[in-house]
Amino acid sequence: MTDLTRLLAHDMAARLRTGETSSRELAEAHLNAAERDNRSLNAWLTIDRDGAIAGADAADARLAAARAEGPEAVVALHPLLGIPIALKDLISVEGGQCTAGSRILEGYIAPYDAHITERLRDVGAVVLGKTNMDEFAMGSSNEHSAYGPVANPWDLETVPGGSSGGSAVAVSAFHAPLSIGTDTGGSIRQPAALTGIVGLKPTYGRVSRYGIVAFASSLDQIGPFARDVRDAAALLHAIAGRDERDSTSAPEPVPDSLLHLPAGDDEAAGALRGKRLGLPREYFVAGMDPDVERRIREAVSALEGAGARVEEVSLPHTDYGLATYYIVAPAEASANLARYDGIRYGPRLGDGDVLGNYLATRGRLFGPEVKRRIMLGTYALSAGYYDAYYLKAQKVRTLIKRDFDVLWEQGFDALVAPTSPSVAFRFGAKMADPVAMYLSDACTLPVNMAGLPGISIPCGLSEGLPVGLQLIGAAWSEAELFALSRGYEAITSSADWRGMEPAQLAAAADPAAPTPAERAAALSGSHA
Amino acid sequence: MPGLTRSDVEHVAHLARLGLTDDELSLLEGQLNHILDQYTILARLDTEQIPPTAQTIELENILRDDVVRESLPVDAVLANAPEREGDFIVVPPVLGGD
Repeated sequence: MTDLTRLLAHDMAARLRTGETSSRELAEAHLNAAERDNRSLNAWLTIDRDGAIAGADAADARLAAARAEGPEAVVALHPLLGIPIALKDLISVEGGQCTAGSRILEGYIAPYDAHITERLRDVGAVVLGKTNMDEFAMGSSNEHSAYGPVANPWDLETVPGGSSGGSAVAVSAFHAPLSIGTDTGGSIRQPAALTGIVGLKPTYGRVSRYGIVAFASSLDQIGPFARDVRDAAALLHAIAGRDERDSTSAPEPVPDSLLHLPAGDDEAAGALRGKRLGLPREYFVAGMDPDVERRIREAVSALEGAGARVEEVSLPHTDYGLATYYIVAPAEASANLARYDGIRYGPRLGDGDVLGNYLATRGRLFGPEVKRRIMLGTYALSAGYYDAYYLKAQKVRTLIKRDFDVLWEQGFDALVAPTSPSVAFRFGAKMADPVAMYLSDACTLPVNMAGLPGISIPCGLSEGLPVGLQLIGAAWSEAELFALSRGYEAITSSADWRGMEPAQLAAAADPAAPTPAERAAALSGSHA
Repeated sequence: MPGLTRSDVEHVAHLARLGLTDDELSLLEGQLNHILDQYTILARLDTEQIPPTAQTIELENILRDDVVRESLPVDAVLANAPEREGDFIVVPPVLGGD
C-alpha cells in the first residue's frame, strides 16, 4: 500500500483519474501527517481539516462527473484538481485567519480570498491550512515568527530558512506535495535550498499580489514550492496571470509549456544542450561554506556534461545589493505596515487616546525584527535623509538591474549560482547580529532588486544537509528556467541524494519530541 | 553620515508610532548604527547621472472605468473591528487626550 504522502503531485493526479485513490484519501493522509508532526516541526499555524475535507469531496465529485462523461472530460481536468496544498499565512483565505506570523493580526479573519486563493479554488486544489512564517515576511530562518520557530526535518536543531519556512517544511516533510510562499529578498528560494525542495520566485508582476499581506511592494512576489520541477511549474501556471485588482500585475501571457515539461529524462536533458549559462563570480561570497561551493561546482560540471556552456561572468554591483535592499525594503515596509494600528482590525491595546493606542499596539504587538526594519525604513525616508539613503538606494538598484541586462544582451540563457552561502544553520546561530542573518540572502536579494525570476533546485547534500542551486533568468523566462531545471533534474535522477528523505522525519513524528522553541531555548542555553 | 543618537532613535520611534521601552531603545541604538554602517559602501558609487528605479515593471497609470461595482459587505469589513457601533468603528479619542 503506497504511502500517499510520498507521491509527487502529478502522480497523485494520475491516480485520481484512474480512481485508484480519491482526493479525500489524499487529504486525510496529508492532514494526519501535518497534525502528527506539528509539535516537532511547527510548520502549520492553521490546519483546516473541515475545509480540506469539504474541498476534497468537491474535487471527488468533479472527478466522478468527468469519469462518467468520458475520457475526453477526464483529460480536460486541471492537473491540480484534488491535490493538497499549503498556503503561507499571509495569503488571504476568506473566513480564515491571516496572521502574517504576527501578534498584531492575532484573531483577524480575512473577509475575502486573495487572487491566488480564488485561482486555486477554481482549479480544485485542496487547501489544507496556513503555514508558519517569519513575521511580516521579514527573516531568513523562521525564527522571527510570533508563533514559535519552525524546525528543519533534515536536522531538528536547525532552521528551515525563511521567511517561508513553514511552507517549505510542509512540502519537505511530506505534509503536502505543493505549497505557496512569498519571496521579497529570497524567502522562497533560500528555504527551498535549506529543505531540499524546488522553490521559484517568478518575475515581478507575474503573480497578482491582491489579498497578500504586503511587505515591500516593489519586491514581493508569490511563488510555488514542490518536490519536483514539473509540479512547481504546474502550480505557477495555476496562479500566474493578469489580475486587474493588482495594478502591478502584468498582462504577460502565461505559457502553456509550463504544463508540458518532458516526463522522460532523455528528452528533458536535451534542454541543456547548447545553452549559454553565466556563473557570476561575485556570488561565491567570502565566508561561503567550501563544501556548499563544491556542490555548486559539481552541478556546473554536470550541466557542462549535458552540453551546456558555462562561462564565468561578472555582476559588478553585487556587493552593493545588501545595503540597497536593506534600505529599499524597510522603507517600503515602513509604509506598508503603517496600517497596523489597532483601529480597524486586530487587537487594540492602550487605553487613553489614539496616540497612546498606536504606541502600545504597535510597540507591544510587533516583534523585534519588524520594529527594527520599520525604524530603518522610517529613518531612510525621513526629512534630511531621503536623498542620502532612499533615493541613493533606488539609483544603485538601477545599476544592479543593469548588470543583469548586460548579460541578457550578450545572449546568456540563464545564470547559475548558489542559492545560499550555507546549509541550514542551528537555531540562534545568526540571531545576535542582524547583519549576519541578512547575509543569508546575499545571493538571492539582487534578483528581487532586478525583478527577475529565480529558482532554487536541490543539487546534493553537504554533511547531510541540502544544498540548493539557483538559476536566474531574464524577465518572463520562467518556462526556460523550468526547462533547464528539469534538465538538471533529469541528468541527476540517479544521484544517491535523490530520493533521500529528510533525516529526522521519524523523530519529528514522535509525540513527545521537543517543540522547535524548546530546542532553540536549549541551544541558546548552551551558547553561554 | 553621522550616526544615530539616542534622541534620534526616540524621534524615529515616535514618527513610526512605536512605543519602545528604554531597553529596546538602547538595543536599537546599537543595532541601527551597526546597520547604517553597512550603507556607507553606497557612497563609493557615483550615481549622479543614474535614474532611480522605483519598480522593475514597465506599467504606468493602470486605470479602469469609473463605474460602481460590488464591494465587500459592510458587515464583513467591520467584523474585525475591535469596537463597533452600527456602521462605525469606535476609536479612542483623537483630540483632547484622556
